Amino acid sequence: MDPETHLPLPEPVVLGGGRDEALPAVQPLEGKPASLPLTDTAALVAPPALEVERLNLWYGAKQALFDIDLQVRKNTVMSLIGPSGCGKSTLLRSLNRMNDLVDSVRIEGSVRLGSEDLYAPGVDVIELRKRMGMVFQKSNPFPKSIFENVAYGLRVQGEKDRLTLEEAVETSLKGAGLWEEVKDRLKESALGLSGGQQQRLCIARALAVRPEVLLMDEPCSALDPIATARVEELIFELKKEFTIVIVTHSMQQAARVSDFTAFFWLGKVVETDLTEKIFTNPTNRMTEDYITGRFG
Amino acid sequence: MKATAWLRRGSPFVWVSGGLLAFALLMITTLVGYIAIKGLGFYWPKPLVELTTTTGPVLGEVTGHEAATAEDPERIQIRTANRDILGQDFRWVPVSEIQARTTPPEALVIERLENGTFFGSLWRITQDGKVLAEGPGAPEEARRRLAEAKALQRRIQSMEKDEVGSLNQKLEDLRLRRRKLEAKGEPTAQAEAAEADLHNRFQHLQEELEAFRAQSNGLQVTLRTVDGQEKELSLAGVIRIIPVNTIGLPRKVSVYLARLWEFVWDDPRESNTEGGVFPAIFGTVMMVMLMSIMVVPLGVMAALYLREYAKDGLAVRLVRVAVNNLAGVPSIVFGVFGLGFFVYTLGGSIDALFFPEKLPTPTFGTGGILWASLTLALLTVPVVIVATEEAIASVPRSLREASLALGATKWQTIRQVVLPGAMPGILTGLILAMARGAGEVAPLMLTGVVKLAPSLPLDAQAPFLHLDRKFMHLGFHIYDVGFQSPNSEAAKPMVFMTTLLLLGIVVALNIFALRLRRKLRARMGGSTF
Ligand SMILES: Nc1ncnc2c1ncn2[C@@H]1O[C@H](COP(=O)(O)OP(=O)(O)OP(=O)(O)O)[C@@H](O)[C@H]1O
Ligand SMILES: [Mg+2]
Repeated sequence: MDPETHLPLPEPVVLGGGRDEALPAVQPLEGKPASLPLTDTAALVAPPALEVERLNLWYGAKQALFDIDLQVRKNTVMSLIGPSGCGKSTLLRSLNRMNDLVDSVRIEGSVRLGSEDLYAPGVDVIELRKRMGMVFQKSNPFPKSIFENVAYGLRVQGEKDRLTLEEAVETSLKGAGLWEEVKDRLKESALGLSGGQQQRLCIARALAVRPEVLLMDEPCSALDPIATARVEELIFELKKEFTIVIVTHSMQQAARVSDFTAFFWLGKVVETDLTEKIFTNPTNRMTEDYITGRFG
Repeated sequence: MKATAWLRRGSPFVWVSGGLLAFALLMITTLVGYIAIKGLGFYWPKPLVELTTTTGPVLGEVTGHEAATAEDPERIQIRTANRDILGQDFRWVPVSEIQARTTPPEALVIERLENGTFFGSLWRITQDGKVLAEGPGAPEEARRRLAEAKALQRRIQSMEKDEVGSLNQKLEDLRLRRRKLEAKGEPTAQAEAAEADLHNRFQHLQEELEAFRAQSNGLQVTLRTVDGQEKELSLAGVIRIIPVNTIGLPRKVSVYLARLWEFVWDDPRESNTEGGVFPAIFGTVMMVMLMSIMVVPLGVMAALYLREYAKDGLAVRLVRVAVNNLAGVPSIVFGVFGLGFFVYTLGGSIDALFFPEKLPTPTFGTGGILWASLTLALLTVPVVIVATEEAIASVPRSLREASLALGATKWQTIRQVVLPGAMPGILTGLILAMARGAGEVAPLMLTGVVKLAPSLPLDAQAPFLHLDRKFMHLGFHIYDVGFQSPNSEAAKPMVFMTTLLLLGIVVALNIFALRLRRKLRARMGGSTF
C-alpha cells in the first residue's frame, strides 16, 4: 500500500526555521497549547509500523468501527481523539486482539504489524501480544511485588534466569522513570504505590517485554497534573525506541505528546494528519469544532 | 409528626433487626453454655454423701431431685457407682426413707479401669498375699504405690501394643508371602524357617509379659462398700484414689484437670462410656483433612472449567443446576452411593487387583477412612464449586487483560492471576465444606466409621498412613454413647463433653482456615476482594 493515499502528508517539516515556511497557512487557534512537539523530519519519512486497512468491527449486530484506515509510523506517537463512545478504545483493543475476549465481536479488514497481518488465519495471538505493549486507563498492577509485576511478561515467556530478570526489571523501571522511587522496595507489594507510580509501573511492565508498539488507553486520566506531566515526558522519551498509539481526551496532551493525531467520530476516522496541522489548521469542520471545544 | 419521621428513618427496622440479632446470639450462647455446663461440670469432684435409710446405708453423689407426683413420693437421685456390685450406677431414694445425711471423711472415690468408679473405702493392700497395710492407713499406702503400679502397667501395655503388635505384623507378612509362593508353586522352606524363628521370639516375649503381669497382679487392694461388701482388685486396675470429702480446692482443681486431660487424650473404656475420646478426635480431624485435600482440587477444577473454559450454553446451565441441587441431596444418599460405588465396586476391584492374597478378608473392599472422606468430599464439593465460581468471577477483568496483554496464555493467566486472586474465596468455600463435613455422621456410618477402632489410621507401622482402616468419629461417638450404650444414664456427661469437643474442633478448623484466608488477603493487598 502506498502510504500517500491514506495519509496525505504535507511537505516534510523542517525543524526550527523551516517550520513556518512549510506551514504558512497556520493560524494559532484559541486554546492552542503553548508548545507543540517538534516533529522531526525523520518521523515523516519513517516506514509504517502499524497499518490499519478497511477495518470494520461489530459488537453483535451493532457496528462500532467503520472502514478505519490508519497508519502509524515507526518511532512516532499517534494520538486518537474524539468524543466518548466513538470507538477509540475499540480500535486500540483491535490492534493487539484484546477484543478476542469479547464473545460477540466480529471483525473485518486487516491490521498489519510490520509485514504480518494480525487477523490472518493461523496467527499466534500470544506471540503477537508480546510485540504489543498495552497500558490501560486504570492502572492495574497485579497483587504481587513490584519486581514480580515488571518481571511478569518475561516470566510467562519462560525466562527463569535471575540475573536477566533483574536486569530487565531495572531497565524497564528506569525507562518508566520509576527506578529511583522504588529501587529499595522491589520486594514490596505493588499495591502500596501511589496511583501515579502504579501507572508508571504498568508502563514499565509493558516495556519489559520489549514490544514494538506501545498502546496506551487514556494512561493519564486518573492521574494528577504532576504525574501526568511525568508520563508525558516519558512518552516523549519512549518514542525513541517504540512506536506509540495513545488514546486521550485531553487536547493539550494530544498536542504535547503526539506527532500525528486521528480524530474519531461515531466509529469513523474523520481526519488524520500531523498534530500541528490538526490543531492549527484542520481540514474538516467537525475536527475544528471538536478541538475548539464547540462540541464533544 | 415525630412518629412519621421515626418511621421514615427506618428506626423500627433497625430495632427489629438488632433485636433479632441479639436473640440469635442469645440462642447460640445458651446452646453452647448448656452443653458446656452439662459436660464440664461432670468432671468436678463432688462430695460423697452417706444417707442412712430404712433400707440400709447409701453412699454416693446427689445428682437429681424430683418433687412428688401421683405415683412417686418426693425422691432424690444418687449416683452410687459400684456398677459391678449394684448392677447399676444410679438409684432413686425416697426422701421419706432418709434418716440421716453425712459426708464421711473416709469416703473415697476410686476410679477404675474396669467396671467404672467405685465409691466406698479402701480397706487393705497386699503384695503377693502379704498384708502391707490395713485399716485407716491403707488408702495412704495404696496412693503411694499407685505410681509404681501404673508404670509397670504402662510397660506391659507398650509391650503388648508395640512389640507383640509388630511381631504379629511380621508373622502376617510372612504368612502372606508363603501363600504367594505356594500359589506360584515355589519352594517355601525359607519362609517357613523364618516363620518358626518368629514364633520362637513370640513365645519368648509372651513369657516375659507373663512375668510382668504376675508382678503387676501381685499388688492387690481390698475395697469395701458402705454396706460392708468387699471387693478385691489389682492396684494396676486403679486410676485414681480421691478422698473427695477431705481435699481442698487446689487438689480438686488438679483432679479436675487430670480428668479433662484423660478425656481428651485417652482411649475409651467400658464400651466408650468412660475414658477418653482421643481416637475419635484423631479420626474426625484426619477425616476432615483428607476430605479437604480431596475436595479442593476437585471443586476448584470443576469451577475453573465451568467458568473459564466451558462455552456458556444449555449444558453448562444444566450442570450448574445439577451442582446446586447436589448440595441439597440428603447426606445418607451419599452414604449409600459411597458404600455401593467406592466400597464395593472400587474397593472390591482394588482388592482383586492388588491384595488378592489377603482375600477373602477385604482390604479396601470394606469401609475405611479413604472411602468415608471421599464420600464427604463428594457431598461438600458443590459448596466449593459455587464459592470458587464466585471467587473467580470476582477477579477483576482488568487484571486478566493486563496478563493477556503481556503475552500470557489463558492457562498462565489462570495460574498466575485468577487462582491467586480467587484463593480467599476458595478458602471460604473450604471453610463451609469443612463445617458441613465435620458434622456429618450418616454417610460415615455406611462407609467406614466404627464404634471402636483398634488402631489409628496413622501410626508408626509402615506404610504409616493406613487409608484402608476404619476409624472413630466424634459425631458417631455421640450417637453411640448416648443412644446405643447399655448404660446411657452414666454416659450422659460423655455425650455433652463429646459434643462440646466436636463443636470445638469445628471451630478450631474454621479459625485455622480463616487465619489462612486473612493472611492471603493481606498479601493480595486486600483492595479488590
Ligand atoms: N464489549 C462491548 N460490547 C458491546 N458494545 C461495546 C463493547 N465495548 C464497547 N462497546 C460499544 O462500542 C462503542 C465504542 O466504545 P469504545 O469503548 O471504543 O469508546 P471510546 O471511544 O473508547 O469511549 P471513551 O472515550 O468513553 O472511552 C460504544 O458505543 C460502546 O457502547
Ligand atoms: Mg475508551
